[in-house]
Amino acid sequence: MFNIERWQEIFEAIRKNKLRTFLTGLSVASGIFILVILLAIGEGMANGVEKEFERDATNRISVWTNVTSVEHKGMNPGRIIEMDNRDYDMAVNKNSDRIELKSGVFSRWGQLTTYKRENGSYRVEGVFPDYQFLENETLVAGRYINQSDINTNEKVAIIGNQVYLDLFKEQNALGEYIDITGIKFKVVGIYSDPGGEREETRIFIPLTTAQRIYNAGNKLRSMAFTLEKQDNFEDALAASEAFSAQIESDIKTKHSIAPNDERAVNVNNTLENTKKFYDLNNMIRWFFWGVGICTIIAGVVGVSNIMLIIVKERTKEIGIRKAIGAQPWSIIGMILHESIFVTAIAGFVGLILSLFLLQLVGPLIETDYIRNPSVDFSVAITTVVILVVAGAGAGFFPAYRAANIKPIEALRDE
Amino acid sequence: MGKNSLHVLKGINFSVSEGEMVSIMGSSGSGKSTLLNILGILDEADEGTYTLDGTMIKNLNEKVAARYRNKFLGFIFQSFNLINYKSALDNVAMPLYYQGVKRNVRTDKAMHYLEKVGLADWASHLPNELSGGQKQRVAIARALASDPKVLLADEPTGALDTKTSYEVMELIQGINDEGKTILIVTHEDDIAHMTKRIVNLKDGLIIDDSVVSQVRAKTESYV
Repeated sequence: MFNIERWQEIFEAIRKNKLRTFLTGLSVASGIFILVILLAIGEGMANGVEKEFERDATNRISVWTNVTSVEHKGMNPGRIIEMDNRDYDMAVNKNSDRIELKSGVFSRWGQLTTYKRENGSYRVEGVFPDYQFLENETLVAGRYINQSDINTNEKVAIIGNQVYLDLFKEQNALGEYIDITGIKFKVVGIYSDPGGEREETRIFIPLTTAQRIYNAGNKLRSMAFTLEKQDNFEDALAASEAFSAQIESDIKTKHSIAPNDERAVNVNNTLENTKKFYDLNNMIRWFFWGVGICTIIAGVVGVSNIMLIIVKERTKEIGIRKAIGAQPWSIIGMILHESIFVTAIAGFVGLILSLFLLQLVGPLIETDYIRNPSVDFSVAITTVVILVVAGAGAGFFPAYRAANIKPIEALRDE
Repeated sequence: MGKNSLHVLKGINFSVSEGEMVSIMGSSGSGKSTLLNILGILDEADEGTYTLDGTMIKNLNEKVAARYRNKFLGFIFQSFNLINYKSALDNVAMPLYYQGVKRNVRTDKAMHYLEKVGLADWASHLPNELSGGQKQRVAIARALASDPKVLLADEPTGALDTKTSYEVMELIQGINDEGKTILIVTHEDDIAHMTKRIVNLKDGLIIDDSVVSQVRAKTESYV
C-alpha cells in the first residue's frame, strides 16, 4: 500500500488514461451524489412532518364543544353547547386514577395588548399550571402559572417569545406590566413553543382570572388532558381511545346531546394522529431507502461494468507485463490499487459536493414539509465504502483471470 | 482454447548453447512461433522436457514462470508490444521495475540501453510518436534491460521494410557479438542467413538443422 514505486506506476496510468479514470470517477461520484441528496430530502420530509406534530404533547386529548346538529329530546339542532367547570370537575373526578396532566381553557382571540408605546393583538388563554406541558412549552425566563395564582385570581401573564419580541424589543420584561384590553397584568414568564411563531403569539393567564375579567362565570372553551404513560404504544393508544369515548359520552349525556351528533362535542386524540404520523414517516423513510438502495445497486453495476471493460482493455498490456516478468499478484494489485484509489477519491468528491449543495440549497428549499434536509454522515461513508468494495470486487475477478492465463493468450488479445 | 486440440509440435529435439545465434524457419503453421513461445515460457508443452540454464521448466506456476522470464529471457515481438501510454524510457525501464530496481537506478540503466540502440534523443516520446524501426529498437532495448541470458525474437522484422529490417538485424548481431544467446523466428531467408545456425521446421518436425556462415547486415552494403 505504501510502496512508492506502485503509487508512481498508478499515477502514471491515471495521468495517461484520463477518460477511463474520468468515467469510473463519474459513475461513483454521481451515484454517491444522488444517494446523499435523495436521503437528505427524505430526511427533510420526515423532519418536516415530525415538526408539524410536535407542537403539543404527543398524547394530548383535547375536548371542545360546538353547536348541535341533531335534534334530541325535543330540542332543535343549532343549540350552542358550552362547557363549564362542572364538566371539567366531572372528567377529572371520574378519571383521577389515569389522568396525568389536566387543564380547562378559557380563551379569547385578538386581545389588544399594550406595553408603553408598543402594542399588538394576541390570543389570551386562561389556563391551569399543567397547561405548560400540555402545550409542550419551555420557559425562557421567569415562571409559569401556579396554583396560588389560580386560587387568588392573580393578574399575572406568561407571554410568548414572539409577544416578548414585539412588545419589549429584547428589553427586560419580567415584573413589567402589560395592558390587556385595559387591564394591567404583571409579566412573570416568557415561554417558547416548538410550534414556532404561530404558537408563540399567545398570552397565558390564570383560568380563574380569565373567567372573571371576561365575565364568563365558570364557562370553559375547551379542556385538555394527558393520560398516565403506558408501557407500549398499543396500550397507550387503547387507553386514550377509551378515555376519549368516555368523555364524549359523559358530556353528551350531561348536556342532552344526541349520541349520534358528530358536531356538538369534539374530542381530538393526538395519539391517534401520532400513530398516523409514525406510519407516514416510516413510509417516507422506507420509500427513500428503497430508492437509495436501487441507486447504490445501479452505481455498483456501473462501476462493475467499467472495471470489466478496463481489465478487458488492459489484457494485452497484462500480457506484455507478464512477458517481461511481472508476477500475477503485482498485476492484480496494480489494477485493484488503481480502481480503489479512483473510486474512493471519486466517492468522497461526490460526497463533499452533495454535502456542499445541501448546505447551499438546503435553507432555500425549507418549507413546512421539508425541514433541515441532512444525511447521516456514517450512512454516506458506508455507501462510499460499499461502492469502493464493489468496484474492487468487480475488478478483482477479471484481473485475477487475466493475471493467471498464459501470457501468450493475453498477448493475442487485441 | 478450442475444444479440439491441435498438435502443433510433434517431436522436437534440439539444444542451443550459450552465445549461439539461431534462426527458426518454416512456413506458416509449421510450429515455429509455438516453439519459441514454449522456449520463452509464454506457453507450455503438453509433453516433453525443456531445460533452461540447467533448470527444468515444467509445470511452473505463474509466479515462478514470471521470475524465470524476468531473470533469463528477453522478448522481441513482431508487433513490438510496447505499452502505448508509457514513454520509450519507461517502457525500457519496466523489466527493471519488476526486478525491484530503484527508480533512479532504473532510469539510468534504461537510458544506457536506449543509447545503445541509438534512441537516447527519443527517450521521452510515446510509442505512437516513433517509426516502426524505432519501436522495434525500443523493444530490443527493453529486452536487454533485464540483462537476460537468452533473447527470443518472434519475426522481429516482420512489420518492417527491408532497410529498417537490416538496421534492426545489425543491432541484434551486435548484441550476439557481446555474448548473448539469440533465437529468431523468421520466414525470410535473408534474415535467417544473418544468423549462425538455421533450424527448419515443417509440420511440427525439424527437417533441417545446419550451421551457416553468417552474413553481416551492414546497412552500407545493402544501400
